[in-house]
Amino acid sequence: MLRKLLIGTALGSGLAFAAHAQDVKEVEMLHWWTSGGEAAALNVLKEDLAKQGFAWKDVPVAGGGGDAAMTALKAMVAAGNYPTASQMLGYTVLDYAAAGVMGDLTETAVKEGWDKSVPAALQKFSVYDGKWVAAPVNVHSVNWLWINKAVMDKIGGTEPKTFDDFIALLDKAKAAGVIPLALGGQNWQEATMFDSVVLSTGGPEFYKKAFNDLDEEQLKSDTMKKSFDNLAKLVTYVDPNFSGRDWNLATAMVIKGDALVQVMGDWAKGEFNAAKKTPGTDFLCYRFPGTDGSVVYNSDMFGMFDVPDDRKAAQAALATATLSKSFQSAFNVVKGSVPARTDVPDTDFDACGKKGMADLKAANEGGTLFGSLAQGYGAPPAVANAYKDVVSKFVHGQIKTSDEAVTQLVSAIEDAK
Amino acid sequence: MSVIATPARQSTGGVSARTVNRIVIYGLLALFALFYLMPLFVMLVTSFKTMDEIQNGNMLALPQAPTFEPWLKAWGETCVGLTCAGIKGYFWNSIKMVIPAVLISTLLGALNGYVLTKWRFRGHTLVFGLMLFACFIPFQSVLLPMATILGSLGRFGVTLRNATGLSFGLGNPTVNLVFVHVVYGLGFTTLFFRNYYEAFPTELVKAAQVDGASFFQIFRRIMLPNSMPIFVVTVIYQFTNIWNDFLFASAYAGTGDAMPMTVALNNVVNTSTGVVEYNVNMAAAMIAALPTLLVYVVAGRYFVRGLMAGAVKG
Amino acid sequence: MTTVATQIKLTPEHNARPGASVRSRLQDALPKIVLAPSFAITIVFVYGFILWTVYLSFTNSKTFPSYAITGSRAYQRLWRWTFESDPPSSWYTSITNMGIFGFLYIFICLALGLFLAILLDQKIRGEGVLRPIYLYPMALSFIVTGVAWKWFLDPGLGLEQTLHQWGWTSFHFDWIKNKDFVIYTVVIAGVWQASGFIMAMFLAGLRGIDGEIMKAAQIDGATTFQLYRRIVIPLLRPVFLSAFIVLAHLAIKSYDLVVALTSGGPGGSAWLPSNFMYEYTFKRNEMAVGSASAVIMLMTITAIIVPYLYSELRERPR
Repeated sequence: MLRKLLIGTALGSGLAFAAHAQDVKEVEMLHWWTSGGEAAALNVLKEDLAKQGFAWKDVPVAGGGGDAAMTALKAMVAAGNYPTASQMLGYTVLDYAAAGVMGDLTETAVKEGWDKSVPAALQKFSVYDGKWVAAPVNVHSVNWLWINKAVMDKIGGTEPKTFDDFIALLDKAKAAGVIPLALGGQNWQEATMFDSVVLSTGGPEFYKKAFNDLDEEQLKSDTMKKSFDNLAKLVTYVDPNFSGRDWNLATAMVIKGDALVQVMGDWAKGEFNAAKKTPGTDFLCYRFPGTDGSVVYNSDMFGMFDVPDDRKAAQAALATATLSKSFQSAFNVVKGSVPARTDVPDTDFDACGKKGMADLKAANEGGTLFGSLAQGYGAPPAVANAYKDVVSKFVHGQIKTSDEAVTQLVSAIEDAK
Repeated sequence: MSVIATPARQSTGGVSARTVNRIVIYGLLALFALFYLMPLFVMLVTSFKTMDEIQNGNMLALPQAPTFEPWLKAWGETCVGLTCAGIKGYFWNSIKMVIPAVLISTLLGALNGYVLTKWRFRGHTLVFGLMLFACFIPFQSVLLPMATILGSLGRFGVTLRNATGLSFGLGNPTVNLVFVHVVYGLGFTTLFFRNYYEAFPTELVKAAQVDGASFFQIFRRIMLPNSMPIFVVTVIYQFTNIWNDFLFASAYAGTGDAMPMTVALNNVVNTSTGVVEYNVNMAAAMIAALPTLLVYVVAGRYFVRGLMAGAVKG
Repeated sequence: MTTVATQIKLTPEHNARPGASVRSRLQDALPKIVLAPSFAITIVFVYGFILWTVYLSFTNSKTFPSYAITGSRAYQRLWRWTFESDPPSSWYTSITNMGIFGFLYIFICLALGLFLAILLDQKIRGEGVLRPIYLYPMALSFIVTGVAWKWFLDPGLGLEQTLHQWGWTSFHFDWIKNKDFVIYTVVIAGVWQASGFIMAMFLAGLRGIDGEIMKAAQIDGATTFQLYRRIVIPLLRPVFLSAFIVLAHLAIKSYDLVVALTSGGPGGSAWLPSNFMYEYTFKRNEMAVGSASAVIMLMTITAIIVPYLYSELRERPR
């Protein structure tokens, strides 16, 4: 028995040694960026790595905004087959880190100076227990308006600065016979719009306390009630068939001029780009009225797993390439988002991108950079989804009054905590 | 066995009643055929349209300038993740997983059904009931424990390979999928065969046994040749389910090398950003379904009547 | 059905024979040996995993399984949600939808499947063409057919708009956008997908029936309707069982149907328990609640299926 054990150990260590001597020059990457534009952007990373001699083993699983990929990831981790890295969002990174399956990138992070260049709000999710466990790829921001310029000119509208301005603008569009507001009636889209409404109605301090700290006093306050009332106002401007519509179809309505405006994250810009539209001449990007100066963000991250030693070199190369200035610029120009580090030159970005980068930098320095609750950066998934439930039920009439909505919101969040 | 026609001929004898009968039957069949074909029609016309036409025209309208472009793109150019070589490469991954899984689960189902009807033992109902109830386990709740087990089998496979040079397929994603589909298909295949053999005349088995035929001889010579319709049903069911499975496929074989067709199709279709190329999606879906459709048409031919010895001939 | 009950009961007699050789003992045990692997696999990978799920439902597992028992909070929450009808909790929506969907889906598929099988069994010219037409919906992944149905049912794109263009402007069909009716559109698409396969099952059953029985009945002067009602349909009992199990299983697993067709419906009004289970286990990282809902579902199925199985499977007196 003992002999067997000894032989086994010898065999094992021998193998480990042999393997370590020869690093695996390959990264295995789980992601859900399968659409043409995103894939093209990610290809830049693949080629960067290929230049250094690392092969790219692609593990794409699309569907449900990453739901299918996260299910696959859970199964892979349960089986003990960690990928080198996986696209991940917010609290998921922390969950996996708490489970002890994430790797440690601190060495690379120190070398590359990520502590200084990556906004502190993002580091809350990419650093766990003092160790870097994920490399942020981009920063999306959700408090944007996307407006068809031709329609805007036709109705003689100007940039709305307050919520009331916005309503007046929507009225103008309605009078002109255009669908004022393009909305996809899926819970995450409704909640993403509500994020902006809350920030606009209650201001930055209120948003933070309510949607990042989950302070019950704020959640049940009159300001929250007013936010729901404002949301109800907005919903009166959508077309009757909005329920269940995909977000990109809503964007298409704005692109085609069927609708005036969509409230959506900056990934919508990718749709305008794909349709060969130029900011300023074909479409306009404004901050959601009353939210200028604040940025409600979400971010895609590459979570790095605790892979065997022979794969660590490849992992470090992947992380370095991900946060390199050249990739950050090239990728985010295509994706519509802005770089995850604030020291990337904005030369290649269009007007909206330049504004987004300046806003991010200002918000980061001014402390007005907040995680989006609808996008999973305000609270863990259980709470975020409970929130989406309430907003969606309010929009579709299962919850009838803003009083009831506030009561439901408080109890749903309490329940999910 | 065909009934409506025969008595009509015998009892009324009137040609007109029979004709009316036939017209009604054919009319109903055609009406339902339309209902079933409608979505296929939408998909087909869409797959031959240009994106402009899809966005601006009626979904039921015929394509004004039919184009094969979407089909070619789906077959050989569309991007599945970062590799843009269409979905053609994923056929083989699916086929080499589906065929063994269907064959093994069907054969085991046939044997189980045979034992459970013709070689009954104490507690046979309980055994069958337990296997049957297994059909209802939600796959979402087996995903993680199964992954854990497959993972440890895989590690054992590595140890085994280091020791003997052979891993016996342990840890191979295709083998894993075959295993999973056999495990969760057994309930159905057993159910189908058991319920079919239930109506199969036991006298034939008994007679063969008196003649000294063994367990397997009876199965091969008597049961199998008379099981064509249920074989067809079982194969269709298993083939469809396994071919179209996404949950297990994405969780246990998501990596590029073994990625089955559904995962690839999903990656083409289920993208959330960028202009959705509906024409390519529809074409891809139909290409991905070709093997199943082929099985339906080919296997369907074996729904022949008069299989049992002495049964009606027309 | 009379012949069916005549079983061979050789095995026990063989066992009783003294001094049987090893070989003949092996022969006797052979059926059990053949069945054993399947049974063992089922016990481990189905019932073992069910126990695991039951166990998890009493823990506070969140993103990952956690093995410390913490009590029945998950069940208490589900119990509370069961009665939250205004506004409806997701769980309340899921289980009421399951009732509506399950009943209509199973009933319509069985009726339509049997009806089509009987029609198709009338020596139809072109059966080879019609059969695949009824069957093909099963072949296509719902990831895409869902899109086709979604368009067709969308008032702005599909049927309603087409009929408006053809001049019938008063036609109104917006169930898919309506929180009270969206579940019925799921039924329509579900029936479309599965009824053809149920037809195939009944067709196989019809083709397996001994023609002599039919001939005898015809000679006795039975009408067609009597023939089917009194003889054929009772003979198809085992097929009904298979079809029911297949449909019940498809009904409770209709996850992608709901997602592809409705994305959950307005305000989550199209959810089924499988959506609930998936959402809570994988998306909301409340694995304990997800597991508890799976256990509740299994218990409900047990309550419905087991009596049915019992009445179907017990040995009938000859």
